[in-house]
Amino acid sequence: MATAELIEGRTGSWEVVIGLEVHAQVTAAAKLFSGAATAFGAAPNTQVSPVDAAFPGMLPVINRHVVAQAVKTGLGLDAKINLRSVFDRKNYFYPDLPAGYQISQYQQPIVGHGQIALDLPDGRSRTIGITRLHLEQDAGKSLHDQHPTQTYVDLNRAGIGLMEIVSEPDLRSAEEAGLYLRKLRSLLRYLGTCDGNMEEGSLRCDCNVSVRRPGGPYGTRCEIKNLNSVRFVMQAIDYEARRQIRLIEAGGAVAQETRLFDSSRGETRPMRSKEEAHDYRYFPDPDLLPLELDPEWVAALRADLPELPDAKKARFVADYGLRVEDADVLVAERATAEYFETVAAGRDAKAAANWVTGDLFGALNRLGRAIEDCPVTPERLGQLIDLVADGTISGRIAKDVFADMIETGEAPGAIVERKGLRQVSDTGAIEAAVDTALAAHPAQVMQYKTNPKVLGFFVGQVMKATQGKANPGLVNELLRRKLASA
Amino acid sequence: MALDKSAVAHIARLARIRVADGELDALAAELSHILAWVEQLAEVDTDDVQPMASVAAMRLPMREDVVTDGDCRDAILKNAPQAARGFFAVPKVVE
Repeated sequence: MATAELIEGRTGSWEVVIGLEVHAQVTAAAKLFSGAATAFGAAPNTQVSPVDAAFPGMLPVINRHVVAQAVKTGLGLDAKINLRSVFDRKNYFYPDLPAGYQISQYQQPIVGHGQIALDLPDGRSRTIGITRLHLEQDAGKSLHDQHPTQTYVDLNRAGIGLMEIVSEPDLRSAEEAGLYLRKLRSLLRYLGTCDGNMEEGSLRCDCNVSVRRPGGPYGTRCEIKNLNSVRFVMQAIDYEARRQIRLIEAGGAVAQETRLFDSSRGETRPMRSKEEAHDYRYFPDPDLLPLELDPEWVAALRADLPELPDAKKARFVADYGLRVEDADVLVAERATAEYFETVAAGRDAKAAANWVTGDLFGALNRLGRAIEDCPVTPERLGQLIDLVADGTISGRIAKDVFADMIETGEAPGAIVERKGLRQVSDTGAIEAAVDTALAAHPAQVMQYKTNPKVLGFFVGQVMKATQGKANPGLVNELLRRKLASA
Repeated sequence: MALDKSAVAHIARLARIRVADGELDALAAELSHILAWVEQLAEVDTDDVQPMASVAAMRLPMREDVVTDGDCRDAILKNAPQAARGFFAVPKVVE
């Protein structure tokens, strides 16, 4: 195991031990066991079938595509696919769970042990174990703040397929937990099995946190429920670890309990309604036979997997000669990686990477747009790079052209022509501008003999006179020659 | 396996069934009898027998990922004791 990040307490160092349970909503048109729709944001209770509302006599029928999505995710996690898994009933009462039980998988999940590789900022790499992935139904949504004495229940979400992805207690800091979540999200989005949209609740996270003396036995853990952003996960872990250390160092003991994170105060507190200690009385759902998968079907899903972020990153470094940090940024989203590859095709890949991670990301950030609806197509960004490469425009002018492309969506060639930005490589015209500049500044010409840095001043003058269109190489060459002989 | 009074009270609470204190002893005895009767099955040697999930020789039927149901809010809410603004309305469950 790599060196852990330790927290210094009053009585020595402490190691934080973290395991995450991520609930990822499966991307599918219909629910896990019913034919109702899953789209986000529909009017309340309009995407509910009698199965989801648990009307008497309704029977669940499993959605083949949701099963395939879980298998694909398991394959992406380099995990064991269980060809036989079993659905169980997890029994508890809550108004947004109309059946009084959630159909889940308990002892025999569809996916067994797997792993995720994390690249830490300091260059180290860590492997985080995945304990399991199982399929289960989502619950409905309760709104407590719409009426003084009533809770409103919307069952649109009830029955949507969820993948619960459980990690081993392998994470050792809030930063690692953040990296893990981002990596998992990236993987799910590559696979197309979950859209990863945390604001809409497609990805939710429970954190198990405990502290111990380095290398010592595990401490008692607390579970922090229902975190819906990477930032909150990291804040909650930091707060919780320090709370536990303070408690133990003051002579107390950590009680195993479920806690909630209050994001406005940045602290965790015990859940108020202490329900009867978890007693879910799992038993196999008699409405569902065991889920049996054909090995050929699983093999076909495996053959169909896209190139995943780790492989893509390695390829970008090896084939395009990119720096690891640039490759990292470019592969995080599949759409970004595809954009980059279109720009880089047949061109200087490093220039392409610089444009995408620099000016393009900057512009998208400013506009608050995703790369999918970028006003500049990758083909056109490629054309812009070509214009620089063949000397039609200078690198400096290219920045202006790019800003124009973002604004107007026009092709770079058209902008260059419209604005007359073509680089002047005509020696005669540049020579005339150089002569004018030298004649206008005799004092600086004299200075050049003792201070060659004055060259920069003259380059600036010539560029100004030519509106930045002069070929900088030619300008420098001519100036040097003329100043030397002046 | 015998159930005592407190186990019965616990199970009743989990199942949200109200059981009067006076009924607990009788129920404990009754449920214990049922469990003892079922436990006779433990006498059968099942070491080499696969667990049986169903008596029907069939596999779990599957559905395609197509929207075929829903969009029937009025029907869904029709039997609810209370509904408001398209929601089920229940007594408030948090303070």
